[in-house]
Amino acid sequence: MIDFMQKLGHRTLSKLAAFGRSGQILFQSVVAKPAPVMMFPLLIKQIYFVGVLSLIIIVVSGLFIGMVLGLQGYTILADYGSEEAVGQMVALSLVRELAPVVTALLFAGRAGSALTAEIGLMKATEQLASLEMIGVDPLRRIIAPRLYAGFICMPLLTMIFAVVGVWGAALVAVDWLGIYSGSYWVNMQQSVDFMSDVVNGLIKAVVFGFVVTWIAVYQGYDCVPTSEGISQATTRTVVYSSLAVLGLDFILTALMFGDL
Amino acid sequence: MRMRTMEISVGFFMLIGFLALVVLALNVSGLNLASKGAGYKIYANFENIGGLTARAKVSMSGVQIGEVTRIRLDPQMLMAEVEMEIYPDIDFLSADSSAMILTSGLLGQQYIGIIPGGDVEVLAPGEFIYNTQSALVLEDLVGKFLMNQVSE
Amino acid sequence: MEAVSPATGSASSMLEDVIVEIKDLTFSRGNRPIFKGVDIKIPRGKVTAIMGPSGTGKTTLLKLIGGQLRPDSGDIVVEGSSVPSLGRKDLFVIREKMGMLFQSGALFTDMNVFDNIAFPIRVHTQLPEEMIRDIVLMKLQAVGLRGAYDLMPSELSGGMARRVALARAISLDPNIVMYDEPFTGQDPIAMGVLVNLIRRLNQALGHTSIIVSHDIQETLSIADYIYLIADGKVIAHGTPDQLKTIESEQVRQFVEGLPDGPVPFHYQAPDFLEQLMHKGVSR
Repeated sequence: MIDFMQKLGHRTLSKLAAFGRSGQILFQSVVAKPAPVMMFPLLIKQIYFVGVLSLIIIVVSGLFIGMVLGLQGYTILADYGSEEAVGQMVALSLVRELAPVVTALLFAGRAGSALTAEIGLMKATEQLASLEMIGVDPLRRIIAPRLYAGFICMPLLTMIFAVVGVWGAALVAVDWLGIYSGSYWVNMQQSVDFMSDVVNGLIKAVVFGFVVTWIAVYQGYDCVPTSEGISQATTRTVVYSSLAVLGLDFILTALMFGDL
Repeated sequence: MRMRTMEISVGFFMLIGFLALVVLALNVSGLNLASKGAGYKIYANFENIGGLTARAKVSMSGVQIGEVTRIRLDPQMLMAEVEMEIYPDIDFLSADSSAMILTSGLLGQQYIGIIPGGDVEVLAPGEFIYNTQSALVLEDLVGKFLMNQVSE
Repeated sequence: MEAVSPATGSASSMLEDVIVEIKDLTFSRGNRPIFKGVDIKIPRGKVTAIMGPSGTGKTTLLKLIGGQLRPDSGDIVVEGSSVPSLGRKDLFVIREKMGMLFQSGALFTDMNVFDNIAFPIRVHTQLPEEMIRDIVLMKLQAVGLRGAYDLMPSELSGGMARRVALARAISLDPNIVMYDEPFTGQDPIAMGVLVNLIRRLNQALGHTSIIVSHDIQETLSIADYIYLIADGKVIAHGTPDQLKTIESEQVRQFVEGLPDGPVPFHYQAPDFLEQLMHKGVSR
């Protein structure tokens, strides 16, 4: 029993310490120091790796999720004779929930794990230590551009996901199943509100992007610099960021759409 | 050269991202910057608004002419007071128009339908529609039906 | 064995100008003490080697000098300033005067050889690009790899990578160059090249070299002064010739590479026969 309490205490303390360290990393790389001009090319490069290279998986997933939503929505709504509402259903579920959440999960798997592995490998091959010895702060040089790139890319990817999804659903519902395209779009436009739906979805995307990149960067920077340590850190990035995204999604949804 | 293609693709990516936002704003949410807030307000009192909510549409002959902006309870009359914003180009509603709360489809959203009257004068901004018909409440209907059955 | 055994004549050579001084250093990782009161003086402009069996924290010592780790107690003075008490900003300033060659080379994998060497210059100076080019080519020439300037680190052999890393370490003409295990994992030719380079660069550029290594022969051949560390303490120090004459068993074992001695062949374990009789390993 005492042993158990000790273990519990130890784990709690080490988790708290890890959280503190991650906050410190975030603070030192982003908040405390303004981005110098020199960072711009680095940022471009990271946006390329984090954003542009994630584009394909986002577009393909968005397309298929939209098509599935269109198909499912049609078959369910057709039972009530209101298949015209499929546009509304697809757009609301995409803009409010699916686009930010699925994009964040894919982003964690595609970009987050790559970030962790890259930074972890840099640590293992002493590149981070070497930067420090050259007199360059690795938090500013390596971590900060990656964090900023994550914040910038996630909302953009989410928007792209939503648009492709809506378009994919239209493809199925309008072109294939033959819903009148006017009622598809008008129904959608009448039920989706820019401020309360699109902007809230965007806010979710920003929050998720922030959390996922933060976790990925921290796990890489704090990993045990061995091949086993890096693989564990990569796994932790995906698991933790997925859980964080899903948990935060509930909280944000409750704040935005539920009258709590 | 490698840097250049990278920069171009990043620029392209940012552009698609912002375009996507624009599409979401204009095409999906039907955001119409011109009509927002430019309309005029009219009011109507209802005994029962049922499930009407803010942002419900206001239509005439099935064509949307505005939306519900606010719902409150009038403390003197103890009736629901609905504030509607009518698009500015709809400036020909006759003063004796009537408003009724309707339901789109069997289970759909509730909205306000305006039925034009015959008066030559038009509704000015801030005026009330006096001729109103409340929402159909299923329980009331069932209640009335049962009462009829009993009395027969 | 606790007695530090400087044998003879250490005092005479220690009166020189000292560039790095480590005073009564203690440091531990978790519950495991790594240094228990270490005193080291490193003379300016010389090649000083810090040797010891693996696992004695030699690399840790370099990280302590570079300020990447902080000691539990004791002081490390580099060119008159105490490294552990420096703030983050001052640390980066003092590190500009240090170059470090990491065990793995630690070249930046996303840059080619030229940019790797140019990196410290670009970060710390505002020199025009042609001048940087000249400096980089000079450094590459010094390590004999001018022809490899546009290769990526992944295309280099281990020995070449280490020479590029050496060129990068000296690109800002530091006062102190630290070598972390420069000879491990090198074939005899690359090893010979490195030994030669370290010696030559030290003479030509006049910087102080600190070598951490356990390769006895190579280190003895280039070091001016040697510290031997074991069990968290300095067990001996002196010039290579002095070291060969020290009679301490521990020193003899290390210098001559005997398999068993004060550093036992067997890791701490219960009696072998007894454990066999009990079958299985008690946990």
